[in-house]
Amino acid sequence: MRRREFLAGLVGGAAALALPVAWVRAAVPPGTEPRRLVVIFLRGAIDGLNVVVPYRDPAYYRGRPTLAIPAPGREGGAFDLDGRFGLHPALEAVLPFWKDKTLAFVHASGSPDPTRSHFDAQDYMEGGEPGNKKTQDGWMNRLIGALPDRISPVKAVNADIALPRILRGGRPVATVALGSATPKAAGGDSGQDVFERLYAGDVALAQAYREGAAARRRIQEDFAKEMAAADGGAVPARNFAGSALELGRLIHADPEIRLAFLSVGGWDTHVNQGGVAGPMAKKLGALGEGLARLVEGLGNSYPQTVVALMSEFGRTVRENGSQGTDHGHGNVMWLLGGRVDGGKVWGRWPGLDDEDLYEARDLAVTTDFRAVLDAVLRQHLGLAPAQLATVFPGFAPPADAGLTLLRT
Amino acid sequence: MDKPLHSLRRLGLGFSLAEMDSVRRQGFEAFIHNQLNPETLPEPPSLQAGLSSLGTLRLQTTELFREYGPPIKRKATLFQGEEQRRLRRLTRLPTVEAASARLLRAVQSPRQLQEILVDFWFNHFNVFLEKGPVRVWVGAYERDAIRPFVFGKFRDMLSATARHPAMLFYLDNWRNVAPRNPTAAGKSRGINENYARELLELHTLGVDGGYGQQDVRELARILTGWGLKNLGREDGPSVFFFDPERHDTGGKVLLGRPVAGKDRQEIEETLAFLAGHPSTARHISYKLAQLFVADNPPAALVEKLARRFQETDGDIRAILTTLFASEEFWDGRYYGVKFKTPFRYLVSCLRLLDITVSDPETLAGLLQQWGMPLYGCPTPDGYHLTQEAWLNPDALMRRIDFAVNLTRSMSPREMKAAPDVDRLRSALGGFFGPPTLAALDAAPPADRLALVLASPEFLRY
Repeated sequence: MRRREFLAGLVGGAAALALPVAWVRAAVPPGTEPRRLVVIFLRGAIDGLNVVVPYRDPAYYRGRPTLAIPAPGREGGAFDLDGRFGLHPALEAVLPFWKDKTLAFVHASGSPDPTRSHFDAQDYMEGGEPGNKKTQDGWMNRLIGALPDRISPVKAVNADIALPRILRGGRPVATVALGSATPKAAGGDSGQDVFERLYAGDVALAQAYREGAAARRRIQEDFAKEMAAADGGAVPARNFAGSALELGRLIHADPEIRLAFLSVGGWDTHVNQGGVAGPMAKKLGALGEGLARLVEGLGNSYPQTVVALMSEFGRTVRENGSQGTDHGHGNVMWLLGGRVDGGKVWGRWPGLDDEDLYEARDLAVTTDFRAVLDAVLRQHLGLAPAQLATVFPGFAPPADAGLTLLRT
Repeated sequence: MDKPLHSLRRLGLGFSLAEMDSVRRQGFEAFIHNQLNPETLPEPPSLQAGLSSLGTLRLQTTELFREYGPPIKRKATLFQGEEQRRLRRLTRLPTVEAASARLLRAVQSPRQLQEILVDFWFNHFNVFLEKGPVRVWVGAYERDAIRPFVFGKFRDMLSATARHPAMLFYLDNWRNVAPRNPTAAGKSRGINENYARELLELHTLGVDGGYGQQDVRELARILTGWGLKNLGREDGPSVFFFDPERHDTGGKVLLGRPVAGKDRQEIEETLAFLAGHPSTARHISYKLAQLFVADNPPAALVEKLARRFQETDGDIRAILTTLFASEEFWDGRYYGVKFKTPFRYLVSCLRLLDITVSDPETLAGLLQQWGMPLYGCPTPDGYHLTQEAWLNPDALMRRIDFAVNLTRSMSPREMKAAPDVDRLRSALGGFFGPPTLAALDAAPPADRLALVLASPEFLRY
C-alpha cells in the first residue's frame, strides 16, 4: 500500500495565527465592578519557609545551614514584614502591595490530611474534602453553583492547559489558552451546525464543544475589534508574567468572569534549592513579577479582586543531603487584592523547635486552608453558611479562627 | 458486537481501512495473538530506513553525554550566529531523534500494542527531558529501560529504570548518600527521599499501598550508593555505578520487614520485594485495566489481573493475555468509551489517512501545543490517560481545527488516495452512531473526512 507524504509545515501553518488577548473593555458602569476570585496553585509544594521567613526563630537557621535566608539588615537579607517574618529578597516586585496593605500571608496553613504525595495532596486541596477520594468535582466548580447572584454562563475561566481538578464538575468552565497560538477556527456558522449535530449523542463532547465554540466566538470578535483599533501591543505570553498580564486583562475586560484559576509549577526542590540566589530564587522572582503584572492587567478591577495563592504542602524544616528540602506539611498561603486586610502575617505560628514540629520534621498546620478560603468566600463573595457547606462539605470553620482577612 | 473493530481500537493506536480488512480476514483472535507476540510482525523497510537515519538512537549513555551533554550547552552560549544555532541544534538532537523515532514507530509499525505499551510504561516510569542532562538520555532510557521489558517481567523493568542515569538524575537518587559519610564524593552528604517516595507511591505499591513516612525514609537509606560516574570522562557502556562507600550499611525495616545492611544486593532484593508486593500487583493491574477497558475499571477485572500478576511473578504478557480474554474487556458497555490522548489522536489521524511521517518535528510541536509534548511531562506521575485529563473545550476546538485543516489542505490527488467515506462507513459496520451519520449526510463532500476525524467515535477508542 502506498503511503502519502505528510505536507510539511501544514500543521504549523494552520496554527500559526497568534491572538493577543487584549480584550476590549466591556461597558461596566463605574462603581459596579463585580467581585472576583483568582486562585493560583503553586504545584510541587513551594518552600513557604523561604518565602515568608521566620527569621526570629533560631531553629530555622539551625536546620538550614546553606538554604536559610538571612535576617533583614544582613547581606542578602529578607525584607522585614512585621518584626517576626521577612520576605524572600527575590520577591521585591510584590513589596509595594505589602506596603499599601493589600498583600497578606497566612503562615502555618495547609491541609489537615497528612499525605506527602504531591498528587493526593493536590487532589484533596482541589477537591476541597481532604482525605476523601470519592469526591469527583472541584471546590471552584461547586463555587460556581453557590455564587449568590445569577450571572451569565461564562463566569469561570481556566488558564491551564488541561481542565484542573479544582474546576471539574457539572458547571461549565471556559478554558483559555493564554499566550499560545490559537488556531484559525474551523467551519463558520454553517460548519458549527454540523458539529452541533455531530456531538448530539455524546454529552461530554457536546458540552465541551458548546463552550469551546462560545469562547472562540468571543475571542474572534475581540480580535476583530483589536485589529480595527490597530492596537497590537499585547505580546503573546511565553512565561508566567505574560500569562498573568493576559489573564488580568481578560478578567478586567469581561464583567462576567468572576472566577479564574491558574497554576505555576516547578517548586519541587529536592536538590540545590538555593537560598538568596539560585533556582528557587529565580522562580520566585518570576512569580513576583507575574503577580505584579496580574495586578497591572486587572487595572481598576483590582480593588474588587482577591488573588489567593496556595500549594499542596510545605517542605521539611531541615535541608536534606543535597542542599534541597523534602516533602513536608505546613506552608504559607498568600492573599493579594484591594479588599485584603494586608500588611499582616495571619495565623498562629507554632514554632520550629523539635517538639513543635509535625512528626518531628515539618512546620505544623495551625490553620486549615479551608478556613482561609471560607473567610474569602464569606466576606468577599458573600456566600451564606448554607452555600459554603456545598463548597466545603463537612467543614466547619473554627469559631475562634479570628481570620478577618478582608476589609469591610 | 463488532469484536474485530473493538480489538483494533484497543490494541492499536489507530487503524487504516486496509488494516480493518486484514483483521476481518485473519480473525480478531489471530490479531490479538500477533500483537502479543510482536516478533511475528515484520517491520516495514520504510520504517527501518527512517529509524536507521537517527544516529543518536544507537549511542550509549556515556557517548550521549560526552557528545551532547552540558559542555555543548555551555559552549553554545560562547558563540554567536550560525555557530550558535548549530550548537543549539546539536544539544537538542538526542531528544528530537527520540521523539522522531517514537512517532515513526507509532504511525508505521505494525506492532501497535508494543507502541501502546511503550507509551504506557514510559509514562508509568516517567522522566522529564528538561531536568539537567535527562534530555540526552530520554531516547536511551526508552530503548534500554522500557522497550525490552514491555512484554516481560515487571521487576526487570523496575530494576532497569531504577539504575538508568535518566531516572537516577530525574528523581535525584544519584545524590542520595549515607549521611555523615566523610568519603562521599561531591556536595551530597545525606539522604534524599525523592526517588524512594515516588518509587513507593507511583512505581510500585501505589499511594494507598500501605506504607508510611518511616518506610519512605528506610527505603531512601536502602537506595543509597547508586551514582553516576564522572560524566563525560568514562568510556564504559553506562555512567551508572554502585559506590559501597556511599551506601548506608546499617540495618533497616521496610514495611515491617527487616533488611540487613549489605551492599548493592540489598537494593536489588528490595526492588524485587516491592515488585512482587500484592499492592504493586493491584496498582499495576488497575492502571492496565484503566488503559484497556475504562477510566474507572471494573473491580472484578482488577482483582483478576492482580491474581494473574502474582501467579506469574509479574509477567506482563500473561497479565495482558488474561485481560484480553476477560469478559470485562469484551463487555459492550465499554466499547468506545475511552477518550484518546493527544498522542493517540494524532497518530490515529495519520494512520486512518495513511500518511507517512516525513516531518516528525512538526508533529512533535503539535503535541506540545496540545499539552502533551513527548518526554515533556514534568511530574513523575506521567501524563494521565483518562478523559477528564484531556477533554476540555479548548482541546476539542484544537482537534476540530486540526481535522479540518489537515483534510482541506490535501491536493485533489491526495483526496483521491484518502479513504472513501462511504466505503469507511460500510467497512466499519456499526462504528458510526446516528448523529455522526446524520452529520455526514448533511455535510458537503469536501468536509466529510474532517467530520470523520472529529467524530465522537474517532475521538474515542
